[in-house]
Amino acid sequence: MTAESGTKSPTERMRATLRRRYAAERRFQAYGIVAIVVALSMLVTLFVTIIGNGAGAFVQHTARLDISVYPQDIDPGREADLDALARANYQSLVNDALYSMFPEATSRQDRRAVRDLISPGAKFVIRDMVMDDPSLIGQRVSVRVPLSSQYDQVLKGNVDPAVDFRVMRESSTEIPWSLPEGERLISDTQAGYLQQLIRQGEVEGSFNRWFFTNGDSRQPELAGIWGAAVGSMFTLMVTLLLSFPIGVSAAIYLEEFAPKNRLTDIIEVNINNLAAVPSIVFGLLGLAVFLQFFGLPRSAPLVGGLVLTLMTLPTIIIASRAALKSVPPSIREAALGVGASKLQCIVHHVLPLAMPGMLTGTIIGMAQALGETAPLLMIGMVAFVVDVPGSPLDPSTVLPVQIYLWADSPERAFTERTSAAIMCLLGFLILMNAVAVLLRKRFERRW
Amino acid sequence: MNTLLVIATILVLALIGFVLGRRRIIRQAEGVYSRLHSLPTYHGHFVALWCAVPALVLLAVWVPLEPKLAMSAALSHFQDDIGIAANLESIKTSTLALLLQVPKDATTIELDALRSDQLDLLRTEIRNMADGTASTGHAAFMEEVASVYAGFRDISTILMVAACVAVAGLGAGVAYSRVRPEMRARNRVETAVRWFMILCSTVAILTTLGIVLSLLFESMRFFARVPITEFLFGLHWSPQMAIRADQVGSTGGFGAVPLFAGTMLISAIAMCVAVPVGLLSAIYMAEYADSRVRAVIKPCLEVLAGIPTVVYGFFAALTVAPLFRQWGESIGLDVSSESALAAGMVMGIMIIPFVSSLSDDVITAVPQAMREGSYGLGATRSETIRRVVLPAALPGIVGGVLLAVSRAIGETMIVVMAAGLAANLTVNPLQAVTTVTVQIVTLLVGDQEFDSPKTLAAFALGLVLFVMTLLLNIIALHVVRKYREQYE
Repeated sequence: MTAESGTKSPTERMRATLRRRYAAERRFQAYGIVAIVVALSMLVTLFVTIIGNGAGAFVQHTARLDISVYPQDIDPGREADLDALARANYQSLVNDALYSMFPEATSRQDRRAVRDLISPGAKFVIRDMVMDDPSLIGQRVSVRVPLSSQYDQVLKGNVDPAVDFRVMRESSTEIPWSLPEGERLISDTQAGYLQQLIRQGEVEGSFNRWFFTNGDSRQPELAGIWGAAVGSMFTLMVTLLLSFPIGVSAAIYLEEFAPKNRLTDIIEVNINNLAAVPSIVFGLLGLAVFLQFFGLPRSAPLVGGLVLTLMTLPTIIIASRAALKSVPPSIREAALGVGASKLQCIVHHVLPLAMPGMLTGTIIGMAQALGETAPLLMIGMVAFVVDVPGSPLDPSTVLPVQIYLWADSPERAFTERTSAAIMCLLGFLILMNAVAVLLRKRFERRW
Repeated sequence: MNTLLVIATILVLALIGFVLGRRRIIRQAEGVYSRLHSLPTYHGHFVALWCAVPALVLLAVWVPLEPKLAMSAALSHFQDDIGIAANLESIKTSTLALLLQVPKDATTIELDALRSDQLDLLRTEIRNMADGTASTGHAAFMEEVASVYAGFRDISTILMVAACVAVAGLGAGVAYSRVRPEMRARNRVETAVRWFMILCSTVAILTTLGIVLSLLFESMRFFARVPITEFLFGLHWSPQMAIRADQVGSTGGFGAVPLFAGTMLISAIAMCVAVPVGLLSAIYMAEYADSRVRAVIKPCLEVLAGIPTVVYGFFAALTVAPLFRQWGESIGLDVSSESALAAGMVMGIMIIPFVSSLSDDVITAVPQAMREGSYGLGATRSETIRRVVLPAALPGIVGGVLLAVSRAIGETMIVVMAAGLAANLTVNPLQAVTTVTVQIVTLLVGDQEFDSPKTLAAFALGLVLFVMTLLLNIIALHVVRKYREQYE
């Protein structure tokens, strides 16, 4: 062996070393590429999973019912009084319509199976329609109402991979289930009724408007994000109204006025540290100070906004200071030179030039606040809220908390809605960040 | 609603003050503006500030105080009334007795004998009755108490409106009468603005102070009941206190070591994912990738940092955890469906962009001359990176990793949704562990009394969390700053 290597010329030996070193070089570069690919594939997996799970929630299968709005059932006094209309028994109208479609279902059990086809929320759809237009009383109207979530899931192919809407419609008598009856959400009898309804051409999948107009609900087919979205809007409004003026003023003071002394140093260090405090600690602060000490209402967007203000302030202050720093001193000197006071110089000349940077920082801070969940759990914004909040003092929830609540529900239909709500949340976030990037691109100046 | 209306009124008054002040100084100037010390606008602002600021301050004091005063008036009426109507038969059957769970044989309700949670219930009920949203079936004396409360509140509201408008008018009037050409209105307005800005800058300090004080205060109350040594070194965590003292397990356990261990385990798994991937991708982007590739990949990685943590939590619980469980089953391992591995992995993905962007910064900050010296000696790129750039950048990278660790420790939603609730003391990543943040959330979400050790324990955990992350941050910022100074 030694004799062999001894015969190699120095050039050959050097070539061998070089080959090894170049191989190491290529390996090292490959590690980097692999790392990036891993990170990006995680991102892609995440998005594919969420979209794959959630796309279905934008479609809801509905059935057309011919409802006779009997005056004796809902408005016996014929006074068309809204209060009386709101309290009337619309469920019986829905039941009657269903029984007339399935005259062969006479036993208690069969009738129950028939009633189960339609969402318990159908009565609200009809109530709203009648209350909007009381002249419908006494007429026969045709309404589209949502199917119950388990039937909706079957038709979407989420329960049994072998069966979906198309298969149900086209299979003649025997539905080609791949799962035994016990593992499906619906029994053979129920499936029979569903198929009958489909054959009559009454069922179709259409855009799920309830998802965008309803508040939370125990029934997946009625649960929507509108309540949470409004809650998020109120919370963000409070956050923006407080954090933007406070953050910008603090940044101006620290950057332009503050003398260099211990106090300003402490404030600076403080702001940097606050930016890294875990968000849940802000929630504890909100619970102890805003709820216990000041006695503000639980679950209110006002308190949520206050907590998120404290949380986003460091982001806004740091971004605003950077924006102020990037305005060249010559602007200030020119303004001071023609006799402006310090404040005039800043308000009239520096601030307009720094504004795009400040707005970018604010939007990024708002995007953070929109996605924040943990501190809001602490101040009780996890309540089950059906009504859409009307003011920042009403109990409400926000989009990320709604996602958290739905993620806990075991039903397949809620998984679908959770993913859909995530898609909406991500959509908002992407929109906000895109605006921030655009602002930066459009107004960024190099001096 | 009333408050908003009052604020709007004050603001309208301020606007009127602005217009009047400005008009007055213009009239006084008689067309010769050089006679004025300040521009007319500043005189307007001067009047408006004197109009709005004192009135708004008064409002800010009044609004939180009003319900408290009204309630104490109502409660003293309650005390008197019950004192007179002792032995009241109606107490037993009233909604109030049900609400407060007064024993069947009680004949009176003594205010002093009520527990704090009962008192809270009573207050809420009085408030609801005054608003007309309470449950029905209250005894007549309760109606009376509620009407005392409502009456006090109504009078107070009227008084408040009157007082605020009077103060606003008075302030505006005084300021208006002082508007003179030689008055230094600009300086005064600018001083006011400067004080406002100083006030805003102190919000950050007040926040820190609020965090520290509230955590300390509540933790003290907790440590008065549970010794601090038991909390820090105890091995048994089961905070579910029994409601009655005679139930099994009524004492609860508050040894937080399993939580600290769980937090460390999950953070360690997260760092095992985030550090190699983040660091290698940062090196590739800083040293190899050309600017076009960088311009595409960098924002893509930053998207990972912008995704809300609740989304990661959902991803971990719904996709990753079942996947690991399946893999484990296929090779005969028993993987918990809330395994530390799944939560840690997903947390690692979340932290990748932190590590990569911080490392990217420090790597690009290494002076080019050092690389060129190495190339000049014949080293390849990877040799230069490993032997020259990385050792030079090491302190900065360590600082970045420390910041990432503090982020991992404080992360809440991923672990709440994907990690377990039971406090197991284990280092096996396939089992379920719980973390400090998970316990804070479980202890505080839902119905709670402010006084029980269970609730207070959450604040003690919060204090530990705050101190740990603060220490990590201070060290990390210090290391990074030292490193920057080295090359500047």
